[in-house]
Amino acid sequence: MANIQEKIAFLFPQAAFTVDGNDILQVSVDEKDWHALAESLKNDADLAMDYLVTIAGMDWVDALGCVYYFMSTRHNTMCSVRVQAADRDNPYIHSVADLWRVAELYEREVYDFFGIVFIDNPDMRRLFLSIDWKGFPLRKDYDDSPAINPPSTDNERQTDYTNVYHLEDGKVVKTEREIFHKDDFVINIGPQHPATHGVLRFRTAVDGETIKKIDVYMGYIHRGVEKLCESLQYQQTLHFMDRLDYFSGQIYHHGLCLVYEKAAGIEVSRRAQVIRVMMDELSRIASHCLFIGTYCMDLGATTMLFYTLRVREQILDIFEKTCGARMTFNYACIGGVMQDLAPDFAQDVKALLEVLPANIKEYNKIFTGNVIAKGRMEGVGKLSREDAISYAITGPSGRASDWACDMRKLRPYSIYSELDFEEVTRTEGDSMARFKVRMDEMVQSAKILAQLVDNIPDGEYLVKVPKVLKLPKGQWFQLVEGCRGAFGVYLESDGTTKPYRLKIAPPCLPLAGVVDHITQGSKIADLITIGGSLDYIVPDMDR
Amino acid sequence: MEVTTKSMPYEAFKDNEYIESLVKEIQESGTNVIVGSFDKLINWGRSNSLWPLTFATSCCGIEFVSLGAARFDMARFGWEVARASPRQADFMMVAGTIVYRMIPVFRRLYDQLAEPKYVIACGSCAISGGPFRKSYHVAKGIEDIVPVDVFVPGCPPRPEAMIYGIMQLSRKVKVEKFFGGVNRQERRQEFLESHPVEPDAAD
Repeated sequence: MANIQEKIAFLFPQAAFTVDGNDILQVSVDEKDWHALAESLKNDADLAMDYLVTIAGMDWVDALGCVYYFMSTRHNTMCSVRVQAADRDNPYIHSVADLWRVAELYEREVYDFFGIVFIDNPDMRRLFLSIDWKGFPLRKDYDDSPAINPPSTDNERQTDYTNVYHLEDGKVVKTEREIFHKDDFVINIGPQHPATHGVLRFRTAVDGETIKKIDVYMGYIHRGVEKLCESLQYQQTLHFMDRLDYFSGQIYHHGLCLVYEKAAGIEVSRRAQVIRVMMDELSRIASHCLFIGTYCMDLGATTMLFYTLRVREQILDIFEKTCGARMTFNYACIGGVMQDLAPDFAQDVKALLEVLPANIKEYNKIFTGNVIAKGRMEGVGKLSREDAISYAITGPSGRASDWACDMRKLRPYSIYSELDFEEVTRTEGDSMARFKVRMDEMVQSAKILAQLVDNIPDGEYLVKVPKVLKLPKGQWFQLVEGCRGAFGVYLESDGTTKPYRLKIAPPCLPLAGVVDHITQGSKIADLITIGGSLDYIVPDMDR
Repeated sequence: MEVTTKSMPYEAFKDNEYIESLVKEIQESGTNVIVGSFDKLINWGRSNSLWPLTFATSCCGIEFVSLGAARFDMARFGWEVARASPRQADFMMVAGTIVYRMIPVFRRLYDQLAEPKYVIACGSCAISGGPFRKSYHVAKGIEDIVPVDVFVPGCPPRPEAMIYGIMQLSRKVKVEKFFGGVNRQERRQEFLESHPVEPDAAD
């Protein structure tokens, strides 16, 4: 960290430095220095921050701004940058979409929520809300009365143009740009389409059967979780995590609890940590099972769903005995877990571990080697390592492109540093690789479970925590490895019982952002293969 | 009259008063023997082959997938023919949150369903907005958008609850009056007239 600070201080003497609650360096710079700093962050060999983790828009009441989080894949270091927009009524910040491709989407999100215009972003439209939406919902002075933005059964106004903003003589100038060419043939896929895995919409420009461009349209399940969290106490915000990526509910809970516990200085007992990790890995297996089932179904192999859901149901039974629910568990809580393990938990997990290898073998036998599956998946939707990092494609999809991005290894949390497991990576980067990585990850998760199942320590599962939690002032950022990639939580607290800003950085938003790039030149049938192999969850990207 | 479905014992259903009052209301003006027999035949057919539309926006949709798999197996009851096109489906299981951007799409899907059509509001989000009720972008229940036949509570409802919900729908279909008489279709017409959409939206 000291090296990064020295280097940045050398290049930008006017920058200010602080440290956040997770010991990540925070750099504060003026807007006018921001783009130059971003360039050095990305290109300087000593910094090499090539992975943009998230951009959290902020409303500090007296000013609007952004908090950027970066990670270097070369040095495994992190840093964050805080940039303020000068004028609250007319806020603008320079875009970094030319340096990190994922920034284009992140900046659109910030624009949608805060109204900050990003200079030179090639696509400055609203992301989740309609173009006629009045106001910016995550600003502190937003008026959410339904009279201003009434629900309507009338069709939303559509446009084929997007905006680009330039800076000319200190003034922001807006120009319009066409999304598609005039003579493009555009077809609409979604939001109600069984293969988009939720309510996602692709406006697809095609040339015959070849895809020329895809405009991803989201927001059909945007529920405003981040704004809701700001009006709730810390304990009350937890249950939303189950409903974002509903397969990684346990992991997301874990991640948010880690942030709150770090901020409140709560030590969790060893027993609770082991339980949490076991639940995380169980849900990873269950999630990958469902992925394999639905993905094969997309490709026409309906039978696979029945085979994979058999294992998933077995895991859901284990969850149900302990947590009392099949899907929305609300299990991990601040200070530990909600309730103790069911008496036959260990026995059930052992039974699962016994049948799992045979099941995985069966899946491989039925599907992986199948000539049709090979034909549909091999070489389809190739993503290079550079692009995976630039588009922030984490999780199994990133690891299929040979990017070792497992947060359990890179930034170990809880007890992961003591566990023996391998990070699965592949070099091909195609749909088949993404499928196989998930297959192999189930084996690794089982390996973790096998290490822990006989070693669940005794002790309390929940330490005493005040009923109403009050966190000190400060910022915290935590990354955990969800089933689909790195899940980040950024918390800014103003010393009260409610979060001032809780930014959820989901792994699925970048996955949607890469669809356009990855499908270009493919056939339209490959869109289903590629979309399925990325395995995005739409409520997770929309929040 | 004991209205039941799928060989379920009548006592297994919890809200028989409702279905009895519905039967009473429908049969108030008496039933013609011939027409009544035709009604019974049609309703028998309809109530035993309800085809759902695959419509899922969030968590509840995954439980609907579980419902289709081997353990809960809705094929036992003839509901497994989930159609991706609303033109071929009989009922719509609204599994998940409906947000403002989704409302026109959702209404359009409903309008595209062929008659006779039914709606099941599945899960607390579809019923009232659920945990997201206070959000700036979430519809507070789908009842303001389309007429609803059955509500299935839960977050998400267990697959068993969904089975129970569809069975309740099946019972409602069984007592419907197809030929003449006051029935739910008229009431639905009133609803649709009071909740109009743009003329071009329903094409």
